[in-house]
Amino acid sequence: MPKQLMKGNEAVVRGAILAGCRAFFGYPITPASEIAEAASLLMPEVGGVFIQAESEVAAINMLFGAASGGVRAMTASSSPGISLMQEGVSYAAGAELPMVIVDIMRGGPGLGNIAPEQGDYYQVVKGGGHGNYKVIVLAPNSVQEMCDLTYLAFDLAEKYRTPVYVLADGFIGQMVEPVEFPEPKLPQIDKTWCVDGTAETRHNLITSIYLAPEELEQHNLKLKKKYERIKREEVRYEAYKVDDAEVILIGYGIVSRILKSVVDTMREDGYKIGLLRPITLFPFPEEKIRDLAKTAQIFFVVELSTGQMVDDVKLALNGMREVKFYGRCGGMVPSAEEIIEQVKSVFEETEKEIEHQR
Amino acid sequence: MTTILKKPSTFYEVFTRKPDADKINTHYCPGCGHGKLHKLIAEAIEDLGIQDRVIIINPVGCSVFLYYYFDTGHIQVAHGRAPAVATGIKRVHPHSIVISYQGDGDLAAIGGNEILHAANRGEHITVFFVNNAIYGMTGGQMAPTTLPGMKTTTTPRGRDIHNEGYPLRMAELIATLDAPVYVERVALTDAKNMAKARKAVRKAIQIQVEGKGFAFVEALSTCPTGWGMNPPDAEKWINEVMTKYFPLGVFKDISDKVEPVKFEKKILTAEDIKKAIGVNGSEVTQVKKYQRNTIAEKYKNPKIKIAGFGGQGILLLGLVLAQAGMLEEYHVSWLPSYGPEMRGGTANCHVNISESEIASPLVSIPTVLIVMNRPSLEKFEGTVKPGGVIFYDNSLIDIEPSRKDVEVVAVPATKIADDLGSTKVANMVMIGAYIGYTGILTKESIFDALDIMVKRKEFNELNRKAVEAGMEFVV
Repeated sequence: MPKQLMKGNEAVVRGAILAGCRAFFGYPITPASEIAEAASLLMPEVGGVFIQAESEVAAINMLFGAASGGVRAMTASSSPGISLMQEGVSYAAGAELPMVIVDIMRGGPGLGNIAPEQGDYYQVVKGGGHGNYKVIVLAPNSVQEMCDLTYLAFDLAEKYRTPVYVLADGFIGQMVEPVEFPEPKLPQIDKTWCVDGTAETRHNLITSIYLAPEELEQHNLKLKKKYERIKREEVRYEAYKVDDAEVILIGYGIVSRILKSVVDTMREDGYKIGLLRPITLFPFPEEKIRDLAKTAQIFFVVELSTGQMVDDVKLALNGMREVKFYGRCGGMVPSAEEIIEQVKSVFEETEKEIEHQR
Repeated sequence: MTTILKKPSTFYEVFTRKPDADKINTHYCPGCGHGKLHKLIAEAIEDLGIQDRVIIINPVGCSVFLYYYFDTGHIQVAHGRAPAVATGIKRVHPHSIVISYQGDGDLAAIGGNEILHAANRGEHITVFFVNNAIYGMTGGQMAPTTLPGMKTTTTPRGRDIHNEGYPLRMAELIATLDAPVYVERVALTDAKNMAKARKAVRKAIQIQVEGKGFAFVEALSTCPTGWGMNPPDAEKWINEVMTKYFPLGVFKDISDKVEPVKFEKKILTAEDIKKAIGVNGSEVTQVKKYQRNTIAEKYKNPKIKIAGFGGQGILLLGLVLAQAGMLEEYHVSWLPSYGPEMRGGTANCHVNISESEIASPLVSIPTVLIVMNRPSLEKFEGTVKPGGVIFYDNSLIDIEPSRKDVEVVAVPATKIADDLGSTKVANMVMIGAYIGYTGILTKESIFDALDIMVKRKEFNELNRKAVEAGMEFVV
C-alpha cells in the first residue's frame, strides 16, 4: 500500500478509526485542535459520534459514558486540558474503562505557551488524578507511530480495561511525514461488563465506588496485579546502536529523533554511543536500562522539561550508574549540535577521571 | 376493592448490592423524598416496558446508590458530570433509555455547566432533578437552591443573599433554552402533587422513548434529617414555603410539536471505511515511478529551512517539496513553526529530503535556506552550513546576504509572480528556482505534488507556470 503524506494529528484520527474507534469527545486547544477537527470531519463518515464538549471536564466524562457502553472511544487535548481531565481519568481507572486519550504536550505551568514541551510526564505517567492507579502511556516519535500507537492503544485499553494515553509533543503532532495505514478493525462489543441498553447487560454496573474498606482494598490490589501484568508484558522500546555503547542517550518523542542524529554524528567521529528510546513510558523499560548498564558507564537523559523522566531512569539504575541530564523547556528545543557538545564534555570528563585513576 | 401494594418489577426484589445486613429497606432516611421519586420512575419504566433498555446514571449525593435498587443498567459517575456521561452513553447507544438522576448540589452547583450544555444540545436523555434545598449526603450544607435566610451547616446565620446570592431556579433556566422539549417542576408531597409528579415522570421518559429529545423534571423533595423536621412538617414546608420560591408547573412543553428522530446505524465494510477517511486501500497498488535527476553531491540530502511572512505560502512551499520528494521515493519530513500566533507574523518550516531514514526532522543548521522576507534572511543567514545555498527573494529583500562561504542565489520571485499575474505564486517561483538550480527534484514530481496538495485545482495552471518561470530564471 503506498504511503500518504500526513500531519501527525490527522494520522491519529485515522489510526483511531481504523482501530474501530467510533466516538470522539473533545474541546479545542492548540496544538491538539487538528485532532478534533479531523474527528469532526471523519467520525460522521463512518457512522461515529463527534461532540465538541463544553469543557475538558465534560469531554472526559462523555468519554466515560461512551466507554461504559463498550464502544471504542477517545479524546485528545493538550497539557492544561489534560490537567482538567484528570478527575475523569481517575474514575475511569477505578471503573476499569477502556479509553484512549491523546495528549499533545505544550509548554507549562499554567497557560505557559503553545510551543512543544514534555512537561506532562509526571501528570500523565505518574497519574495526575487521585488514588492508586496507573495508565499505559505510549510515546510516538513519528507520524507513522502517531497512527500505529493510537491503533495499538485501543487494543491495549480493551485488553486491560484501562485508560491508555498517547503522549506526544507539539512537534510530533504538527509534523508531516509519510505514513502507511493499517487495515480497518471491526471490533465487537464485550457484553460481559459494559452497559448498552440490552437485556444481556442489564445487570452490569459501571462504578468506582467500593464503600467497604475491605472491598476497596481488594479492588486496589486487583488493579495493582493488573499493572504488574502490564509491566511484565507490555514494555516497548527502541534500542539503537547500543551494543558496544559506553554512553547511552535516553529520550522519547521528538527528542529521540534528535538523539538519533546525535548518535549517528558522534559514531562517525568514533564515539561509542547509543540510544534507548522508551516507547512505553508506563510500563517503563527499566530492565532494559539495567541490562544496558552491564556495558554502558553513563546514562544521559534529554527531555523537553526540567527533568521528569530522568527520575525513572535513576530509579531503574538505583545508583548503579551515573545519570546525566540535559533539558530545554518553554518551547526551546535543543539542536543535535547543542547536545553533542554536552555529551562530548561527558566523554571528556570520564576520560580525565580514568586518567586520574591511573 | 383492595389494592395490593407491590414493588414495581423494575426494583430488585432483594437489594443484594447493599453492603449492610438490611437488604429489604432502602438506605434513605425516614420521610426522604428520594424513595418516592424512585418508585414513580420504577413504575413508569415497568409500564412503558423498557426495563432492558434503561441505563441509569448514578450521581454523587444521597442517590449515589440507585444501583442498589433499580434492576437496570447503571453507570456511577463523578460529582456533577451525570449529563456529560449520559450524553456519551446515549450517543453511542441511541436505542438505550438514559435516565440521569441528580441532586441540587450535583446538578446546579458543581455540574451547572454540564446540565446547561446537555440541555442546550437537546440530548435525548431524561433528567430528574431532586431539589431539597440542601446538601443531604454531606450533612446539610448550603445548596445552590437553599432558600434566603435558611440555616444550614455552612450558613449558620441563614443564607445571606449578599454573601451567597439567590437560589437558582433550574427549571426556569432550562426552559429558556431552545432545545429542551419538556420542563416541569413537581413536588413530592401530598396525594395531589404526587399524582402530578407521577404524570410528569412518565411523560419525561415517554418523550425519550419516542425519540423527541431532552426532558427535565425538577422534583421538590423532603429532607427531614437535613431540615431538622419530622416528615409531615417537611412536606408542609415544601407546600407552604418552598413552592413560593420554586413555583410548580410546566415551564416548557413542545412535545406535540417536535418531530421524532430515528436513529439508524451505519454498517460499513473495511473498504468503505478506508474510502470514507481517505486512506489508500489495497486497490492502490500501481505506484508511478519517477526518473530522478542526477544531482551534484553537495545538493544531495538537503536539510531545508524556508522562512518568510505568514501569507506568502511558506508552509505550502515546504509541503510541496516534501510531497514531491516522497513521490520520488526519498525519505521526507516537514515541520512547521505552528499556531495562530504565527498568523500575520513570520512563518517558517523545516523540510528534509533524504536518501536514508531521517533522524531529526528539525533543521537547525540548514544546507538550503529559502527566505522570502528580510527579517528571515537576517534571522537565519548565520545558521546556514558552510557550503550551503541561500535562495532569497531580492524583489522584496533590499539587502544582500553577507556570508561568503555559501552559494547565494537571488531570485526576484515576487516580481516574476506579479508579471505572471499573481503575487501569491512567488512561493512557486522559489520552488522552481530551487529545483532548477540544484536539480534535487523534477518538474514532473513537483507538478504531481501540486495536484495532491492544492485543493482548488484551477490554481495549478498558474502554479505550474510559476514553477517553470523560476526554473527558467536560474538556468
